[in-house]
Amino acid sequence: MSDIAMPSGGAHDHGHAHDHPKFLQHHFHSAKQQFEASKLGMWLFLVTEILLFSGLFLAYFMLQARHPEAFISAHHHLDRTMGLVNTVVLLISSFTMVMAVQSAALSRTKATLAYLYVTLGLGGTFMVIKYFEYMHKIHDGLLPGNLYSYAGASVPGEYLFFSMYFVMTGIHGIHILAGMGVIAYLIYRTHKGDYSSAYYTPVDLTGLYWHLVDLIWIYLFPLLYLVS
Amino acid sequence: MAEVLTHTTQATASHPEELNYLNENRGLKSWLFTVDHKRIGVMYFWTIMLMFFIGGVLALVLRTELLTPKQTIVDAATYNQLFTLHGAIMTFMVLVPLIPATLGNFAMPIMLGAKDVAFPRLNLASYYVYVCGAIMAVSAILGGGLDTGWTFYTPYSSTTGGGVSVMTMAAFVLGFSSILTGVNFIATIHKLRAPGMTWYNMPLFIWGMYATSVIQVLATPVIGITMVLLLMERLFQIGIFDANLGGDPVLFQHFFWFYSHPVVYIMILPGMAIISEVIPTFSQKPIFGYKPIAWSSVGIAVVGFLVWGHHMFVSGQSEFAAAVFSFITFLVAIPSGVKIWNWMATMYRGSISLKAPMLYAISFLLLFGIGGLTGLFLGTLAVDVHLHDTYFVVAHFHYVMMGGTLIAFFAGVHYWWPKMFGRMYNETWAAIACLLVFLGFNGTFLPQFILGSRGMPRRYYNYLDQFQFLHVSSTIGSYVLGVGLIMMAVVLIAPLMRKRYDAPSNPWGGASLEWTVSSPAPTHNFHHDPVVTHGPYDYKAARAAEKAGSHA
Repeated sequence: MSDIAMPSGGAHDHGHAHDHPKFLQHHFHSAKQQFEASKLGMWLFLVTEILLFSGLFLAYFMLQARHPEAFISAHHHLDRTMGLVNTVVLLISSFTMVMAVQSAALSRTKATLAYLYVTLGLGGTFMVIKYFEYMHKIHDGLLPGNLYSYAGASVPGEYLFFSMYFVMTGIHGIHILAGMGVIAYLIYRTHKGDYSSAYYTPVDLTGLYWHLVDLIWIYLFPLLYLVS
Repeated sequence: MAEVLTHTTQATASHPEELNYLNENRGLKSWLFTVDHKRIGVMYFWTIMLMFFIGGVLALVLRTELLTPKQTIVDAATYNQLFTLHGAIMTFMVLVPLIPATLGNFAMPIMLGAKDVAFPRLNLASYYVYVCGAIMAVSAILGGGLDTGWTFYTPYSSTTGGGVSVMTMAAFVLGFSSILTGVNFIATIHKLRAPGMTWYNMPLFIWGMYATSVIQVLATPVIGITMVLLLMERLFQIGIFDANLGGDPVLFQHFFWFYSHPVVYIMILPGMAIISEVIPTFSQKPIFGYKPIAWSSVGIAVVGFLVWGHHMFVSGQSEFAAAVFSFITFLVAIPSGVKIWNWMATMYRGSISLKAPMLYAISFLLLFGIGGLTGLFLGTLAVDVHLHDTYFVVAHFHYVMMGGTLIAFFAGVHYWWPKMFGRMYNETWAAIACLLVFLGFNGTFLPQFILGSRGMPRRYYNYLDQFQFLHVSSTIGSYVLGVGLIMMAVVLIAPLMRKRYDAPSNPWGGASLEWTVSSPAPTHNFHHDPVVTHGPYDYKAARAAEKAGSHA
């Protein structure tokens, strides 16, 4: 608001004056305005994510209400230890992400890089553990819909549980992978020295996204692994 | 094109040599990679008009087939595919993005006094995502086998031919485009208003865009996940929507309408937003009841989320739920009525000029009035049991969607055409085209109310002989409508062949910011950052400012 750069008499003065840093896009008046707009945009995007998963949660509850025995029986096939470890891994990664944002805001580039690498590694750890869980299910034939081929004793309708398990954790896993891609990009940009206390919006926004993806797992874990 | 009206008497006619967003950069690349909201709006405009043309031709084929009770020009299976395509194209590819993506993209940032939307690159991305979705949908069409109707009800949609899979993914992708636009608009309206542009200084068009964007952000993700689940059901029979596999087909209907009812407000609110600009400008009188109109948009957006069950009165949902949905449905009439009365009060004792935009706006009032009131018939439980899935429903939603949204869109296109392309069109021919559209539209859909109330079911290929007279009337009406629309297109496009930009800055005497810049708009919208000194409907102050500007 206060620092409106009025183009003076010079007709085609598009070479921005010194108060226009290079990260500031031409249609914003100030860095603050740009930051606030980006942040609002990210929150709105997160709202759409919450609604996307709400649909899945609702579908889960509907099916569980119709087939309570099948859901209880089926969830015993899940490995609670692996699920718990993954929950802890994501919680720690949320913490390191916060520290990355904090370091970027304080222009501590080295610390930012370190925290981003750790966050990326923890995301990778989550996916590796998930991979072993999936392989185990695939081996046993504990799969969704018409792929279900479990040989052992089971309650009718157990495949419905695995339908929801794979759709929900699958879509969540895609979100983790997308987040890891973005964090890798942040690492690249941080190496280039693009972020400092003056401009670290992408780190901040990725942090918000990463927390939401963690939060969704916090709900998925009891829902799928601790059915009662 | 003999007597083209030019308003050279207007003081601020643009300098012929002045650069604008159309001619400052040239070449295909400068369009394909543009992040200018105006150019993106124009690209959306032509793309959506292409889809509208395809959907419209399909409609004419459908009406022609219905000329006789038995087979006329296409066989039954083709007919089923044609009405599915007509519905899917018109809702997902035309009506949803129609006004926000074209006129909203073009005019909204200028009306706010901003240089662009908050996220210009995201804006361009939304266009390409839309194009991807449209290509997927068209390939599903060409692949054949898509005959579920645009509602994709399970279990038929989860077990029938191959085109459905591609089409559901297309709907998912198109939804993404819609979300990107919504997020962009909300951030723009919150953060990029010019100094002096308070919330209550915003043109009501912006309020309409805001309410629309909120619905886009809140409702679209749900159809996204529904389409993913439907695809999973088709690929792996995961069992969620199929009763044979332990799922619930009514759950699909709930999911579908949780999005698809609010989506009709994504369609109609921008239409109402345009009417709120056109009526005061062509009455040269400040809008009556600014705040009620502004908040009624928000009210419709909120209530619109609570009425989806009125599509499912005969689906087997609980009677109590149905009664509640019916009651809340009536509530929608209140904010809609608030708008209609305020528009009429605005016209009362105004100095009304019946230019093409105003003619379309008045058509809107009549057609939307009929569409809205017949909606109350359908919201009434006992009546709906009789009218459900008949031509009465078809007539009702065409009155709201075409008579409402599309007619309002045409009003907006005629209103902003000089600002978009810098040329005036022929007023007389535009008025004749409007008359043909109005008559043709009523000719098409009034008979369908009678057909429906007499028991003609929708989507049927054959019908009883007694319905033939009304079907023939409807088809003749659709031909008149088609001629009117083509005439409108010719009237609008013919002036674009002229090399010179002849439109003045403010051909209609508007008071909002887009009329203070030259036509077509300059590349960066404003040469100096604007400061808002008078309201968007303060025509006296706008005239004074214009006069002062021309003497300076």
